[in-house]
Amino acid sequence: MSQLKLVGKPAQRYDAKDKALGITRYGADFTIPGMLYARVLRSKYPSAKILSIDTREAERLPGVKAVITARDVPYNERASNVVGQTTEIGAIQATQPVLAKDRVRFLGEPVALIAAESLEIAERAMNLIKIDYEELPAVFEPLEAMKPSSPPVHKGGNVLARWKIVKGDIEEGFKQADVITENTYYTQFQEHAYMELEGGVAWLSDDGVINIRLTTQVIEHYRDVAKILGIPESKIRVIGTFIGGGFGGKEDVTVETFLALLTWKTKKPVKLVYTREESILAHSKRHPFVMRYKTGAKKNGELAALKAELISDAGAYAYLSAWVLLYATVHASGPYDIPNVRVSSKTVYTNNIFTSAMRCFGGTQVCFAYESQMDELAHKLGMDPLKFREINYIKREKRLPVGQLIKSEVALPETSSRAWEALGGPKKSKKGKRVGRGFASGMQSYGRLTMLHDSSRAWVGIEMDASLVIRTGVPDLGGGQGSSLVQIASEVLGIPGKDISIHITDSSLTPLAGTTTATRQLYMSGNAVLKASRNLREIILNKASRMFNVPGEELDLVDKKVVVKKGEREMPLVDIVKQLAADGIRRNSFAMFNAPFSEALNSEMEQYKRVFPDFTFGTQAAEVEVDEETGKVRVTRLVSSYDVGKVINRNSLEGQMEGGAIMGMGYALLEDIKPAKGVIQAQDLAQYLIPTSLDVPEVKTVILESGTGLGPFGAKGIGEPSMTPTAAAIANAIYDATGVRFTSLPITPEKIVTALKKG
Amino acid sequence: MKKCTLHMIVNGEKVSIEVSPNSTLLDVLRDKLNLMEVKEGCGQGDCGACTVILDGKAVNSCLTLAMQAEGKEVTTLSGLNKSRKIHPLQKSFISHGAIQCGFCTPGMIMSAKALLDKNPHPTREEIKVAISGNLCRCTGYKKIVEAIEAVARGKEEKGGEDVTA
Repeated sequence: MSQLKLVGKPAQRYDAKDKALGITRYGADFTIPGMLYARVLRSKYPSAKILSIDTREAERLPGVKAVITARDVPYNERASNVVGQTTEIGAIQATQPVLAKDRVRFLGEPVALIAAESLEIAERAMNLIKIDYEELPAVFEPLEAMKPSSPPVHKGGNVLARWKIVKGDIEEGFKQADVITENTYYTQFQEHAYMELEGGVAWLSDDGVINIRLTTQVIEHYRDVAKILGIPESKIRVIGTFIGGGFGGKEDVTVETFLALLTWKTKKPVKLVYTREESILAHSKRHPFVMRYKTGAKKNGELAALKAELISDAGAYAYLSAWVLLYATVHASGPYDIPNVRVSSKTVYTNNIFTSAMRCFGGTQVCFAYESQMDELAHKLGMDPLKFREINYIKREKRLPVGQLIKSEVALPETSSRAWEALGGPKKSKKGKRVGRGFASGMQSYGRLTMLHDSSRAWVGIEMDASLVIRTGVPDLGGGQGSSLVQIASEVLGIPGKDISIHITDSSLTPLAGTTTATRQLYMSGNAVLKASRNLREIILNKASRMFNVPGEELDLVDKKVVVKKGEREMPLVDIVKQLAADGIRRNSFAMFNAPFSEALNSEMEQYKRVFPDFTFGTQAAEVEVDEETGKVRVTRLVSSYDVGKVINRNSLEGQMEGGAIMGMGYALLEDIKPAKGVIQAQDLAQYLIPTSLDVPEVKTVILESGTGLGPFGAKGIGEPSMTPTAAAIANAIYDATGVRFTSLPITPEKIVTALKKG
Repeated sequence: MKKCTLHMIVNGEKVSIEVSPNSTLLDVLRDKLNLMEVKEGCGQGDCGACTVILDGKAVNSCLTLAMQAEGKEVTTLSGLNKSRKIHPLQKSFISHGAIQCGFCTPGMIMSAKALLDKNPHPTREEIKVAISGNLCRCTGYKKIVEAIEAVARGKEEKGGEDVTA
């Protein structure tokens, strides 16, 4: 299959039409006759003892059908290990109760559930529940929380996890360096701010199965729900909807446990949808990091040593903090070949809202730090930042400090020069404005940690009329995950997309395909669908080969026909299918695709062979205009340049690259939940600002295809990598404009005005 | 609370229904008329997901009391398909890849339609202003602006095939 017919084209997504027509149903769009409406009562304090909970008055309110507190939950613990994990990371001890029993650890922690005949009644009932709290000492800064004198968030100290990577001799490395730069970088809490709020409905079906239909990136949380209810996993079915954006925020459990508990208790259908304010209180945030970096280079521009100490704020519960930290640790020295490296990291409990997955998963924080360092060093050396990086980019077949061999192409010299070129020459500053340009390179893994033994499954079957059905449990986050799979099957089997139906995201009826996280679906489920489609192709061609009396290699599948490549002959695919059926030969294929597996890591990570399947590399370049008086930064141009391995759907790819860069721009300049003593100040979208159409430049995309990725046809992943270097590129451009190195995000007008005054 | 009777024209059809005086237009469209394409993203006018056209003007239906629509004409996304043809804006959003998760799409298209109805040939800047109240977290807006511009320039003028095709 050297000539690809469909793959790589800007194909129209199969889900786009329903979305344009308004037919698509999201988590909040389902109603069931007789359903109840639920609300969640949440803690008002970041740290407190619960002395008593009195629900009697709420229960007496007419129309209230259930009030659930901790004592009603059969197994009141959210599972600590995540789907697909085969080895628990030792340090994760503290799991969150489903409902707080005698202690709350962050403001917004769920305490009670209510189901009532109407939302109004549920809300009134919520106000009738009396909780007696006794406030306890709290801690909100990770550096403070690490001190032995700090109030423990959980038993056993506040350091949740630590990692360490050592390569070469760090002291010797710095001795060899002619220039050294040292700085501490700070990043903020970022909110996912997807447009669709968390929500869904649950109902009990005749077979005793609790069905939960909701918006989620992980349908396999049905296992957690079963454990919490104390019933077999086979008695919980999760049906995912099309997701109105997730970015990692719908990766942990959201409403599914609450819905299941209320349905289990009342035996009635229940609906629960968060408000925007509740959504911001209820789901995780991106980890703030404090990153102390020291990097040295020789006069000739070669990097000699890099030392990084990372501390992240895990918030009140563990969730994925240990893994996010592991990602940050492995990515901390960036896509550079450095002989001496030492990275040590800790993630620390506080009484802030818990932190967990968000696009880039620890990769963008460290990129802001290492790409600031690279820029600082280039300036100290008086070298062109592009040239300086080119000298040091890691090459294919070289090892990262952790020991992992880079097996795919590292096209950074090209992505960087192309990004810089596409950005265009320097613009003249207008009066009162300062214009600057900068860029940053990034690396980001795609696919999950190899120690998690990840796999995906897909079923592909051909109908009697030669139309095709794909079944795979892929949640579609909006990136076109399902649509790319249709395109892949269409390519292999020569069946047009309009004749293909794909059934996704149902834990009972579609083969489990894992999570839509970690930039893994195109890679994992793309390969599973590719494998199943190729198996089916072989079945069809075997039969056709006998019918034509021509070797299979000489046959092709084109537009629902089997054609003999050298010759005029062809036969409708439908005739082959009928023959297969008549002969009792299967007309479908089920395939499982496994990522590379590795042993579990321990916290002293010396020379591990493989931590991730592979990495995506790319560069972003930015031009900014800084207003000297107001400190406002306008990003006037933004270029995103990646080696994506192989383009599958050009529209979807560009969409990820444009959207990722703009999310990165928001992270660099605007977004911050601003918690003050555990209280989120940016409580809604009027206060938590994300980029609008008036704030954004038109992102220019530069796409390279090395064909060396692990995904179908050599594709790499792009969902998360598309955001990794944006903040660093913008910070470097602001330095170019102002001469000030900003080391904390977001780079707000206040920070700029203050710095320029100091001047 | 005493109910009121609301008379309005929704997507070309006369409607009269009993509503609470404190119901929002968003609640009525979704819960009473089952127009689920009208989305709620914030409930307080920050995100634009609930945008509908009220007597020719794009409004946040979450900030509009249902009774404010008394005697008026309301158009939601599905109202664009009354002739069973895909509206040029819908077609253009699809072909330009302007739709990712799709949650902002109904509001976005209604804001674009209100603009084009008043100003059939807007500049790029005017398009950006018209949709500046509609937040999108997926696309970075580029393809959305391009999709609207293509319609304004007549590139997608023909509209589309039957919606059921």
